[in-house]
Amino acid sequence: MYQWDGTLSPSEFDISVADLCERWREVGTSLPQWVWLPDRALGALSCNVAAGYLAIENIYHQNASEEGSFEESISRDEEPFDEATLVPSNKNDMHIYDYHILYSFTFRVPVLYFRGYQSDGCPLKLVDIEKDLPAYSLKLLRESKWAFITQEDHPYLHRPWYTLHPCGTGDWMKFLLCSDAPNKIPPLHGYLSAWLSVIGQVVGLRIPIGLFKSV
Amino acid sequence: MELCSEEAMKYVWEGAIPLQIHLHESDVTTLPPPPPALVLGPRIGYLPLLVPIIKPYFSGALPPGEDTVWFDYKGLPLKWYVPLGVLFDLLCAEPERPWNLTVGDGAVSVSVTLKIDQSPKVHFRGYPGEVLTPCEGEETVKWSYINSLKEAAYVINGNSKSIMNMPQADQFDLWQSLIKGDMDGYHRISSRLKLGPVGEDCILNRASSMQSRQATDEPEIVGSNRPSRLPVRLYVRNVDQDLEYLEDVQTLDNWDSVSYINRAIEFHKEGGNYMTLKHAMRNILREIFSEEASTNANELDGTEEADSAYRDLETTSMKNDLVEESTFGRQGPNKGTLVRIQGIEPDLDIPFAWVVNNLKNPDYFLHVCVYVGTSSKAKAK
Repeated sequence: MYQWDGTLSPSEFDISVADLCERWREVGTSLPQWVWLPDRALGALSCNVAAGYLAIENIYHQNASEEGSFEESISRDEEPFDEATLVPSNKNDMHIYDYHILYSFTFRVPVLYFRGYQSDGCPLKLVDIEKDLPAYSLKLLRESKWAFITQEDHPYLHRPWYTLHPCGTGDWMKFLLCSDAPNKIPPLHGYLSAWLSVIGQVVGLRIPIGLFKSV
Repeated sequence: MELCSEEAMKYVWEGAIPLQIHLHESDVTTLPPPPPALVLGPRIGYLPLLVPIIKPYFSGALPPGEDTVWFDYKGLPLKWYVPLGVLFDLLCAEPERPWNLTVGDGAVSVSVTLKIDQSPKVHFRGYPGEVLTPCEGEETVKWSYINSLKEAAYVINGNSKSIMNMPQADQFDLWQSLIKGDMDGYHRISSRLKLGPVGEDCILNRASSMQSRQATDEPEIVGSNRPSRLPVRLYVRNVDQDLEYLEDVQTLDNWDSVSYINRAIEFHKEGGNYMTLKHAMRNILREIFSEEASTNANELDGTEEADSAYRDLETTSMKNDLVEESTFGRQGPNKGTLVRIQGIEPDLDIPFAWVVNNLKNPDYFLHVCVYVGTSSKAKAK
């Protein structure tokens, strides 16, 4: 009996990327749109399925101490607001994040890479980033064997970025998408949206509620 | 057909790069500056592991304070997690013997007026954290190695359990064998990890030990529907010039010019024949290794080619006679490629299984350097 192992192929990843972008647009959020950036270095020379990354950048992140609970911050997101008029109480409190979604050809799952900066452009160290994470996320990162943040070279940008290690992803995606029907392969176009709705919470990226519900 | 060659593996394990390591001028506080350290660096090892050997040469000349060591080659900070042999194969298009590196540090008192040429250097300060991930010494390198091993296991078996469940003592011994270059000791432990080798039927022999390595034994069948997958790391340099004249290849000044490709190659027989190295490369770099390429009329008994290729494997500091490079696949009229694995340029018709079994690194990845350029020798179909 074939059992889905929670992973997806490169072409399934590409399809899911397009699906995520569409859902993100439809669900309506004050966050920017995701942008797909193909791998330019090899370009036409390679087999370029899933070669590149999905990016969302310049996400302003108020200091964790100033945020309300997760639910409050979600409802804040539902209200449209114009970032240009956002006046932080103290400019130094604003941290800015970039998030990239890549495909891991070895683990056959998406991987999140991210980076944080202070408002003056100075990169954040891991200890600073951890202060921005919600409490439940820190707990998970400390206690789980599968979820941990490391610093690795970004496969396309060749510089150190933070990443959530992908080794356990297949297992929990399998649980997330087909715990009630373990012998079926679920439709995979919604894979990335489902994955992001979990991963986003771990790194404090505020995923619009609509995205999670629509999967 | 013999798909495992202990002799070939020994060459890989014993392969070393002669290094001439200079202290970066900004780290030098003595006059005259200390002479360079001459060190033999194992191909399968990593640069930070050489620091305990190098440091005594320079400690008298260093400024006071804490050290964070890093290396550069002609201004390019070297990524410490890449095996030394791979760095050499990738950065020295024309192998340089000895390989001149610099170790050094940020701007501290410079009291040297001699001109130190642009050869690779060691640094003890001024770690370029925006370009290199942090490295605190042997523990960091070991952690990176274990992670690669877990990734390789995931590719081969669909899970990393055999690595995660390794007893601490085994992990320690495995690591020690690697840094000491003890191949037999390494294989004693790694054979319990169920990671191969690849057998004649293109099936991974998960129950292997050194003795049962002859491919005709009954291997365990790979998990139900999964094809065999083999982990490969490609480093591709687009040099945009004639590969006949490697000495003219411009120095790499930026890691953006290298494509780092981490892949799992699905492994199978092609209509009764062994999958070749070229087939495997085509999997990833379709246009470069296209079917239109001329192939030599070779027997698919790769052993012969492999052995002759092996005679050129670098193990001493003597000048290497370069193996003729392979020019396969063409994008434009004169596109050529050069594939370098463990310092040799293998015939692309060698069975991929042989290449993986014998030329892989201790992390169970096959590391492949590919130069893409032009070739005046490129033949038409």
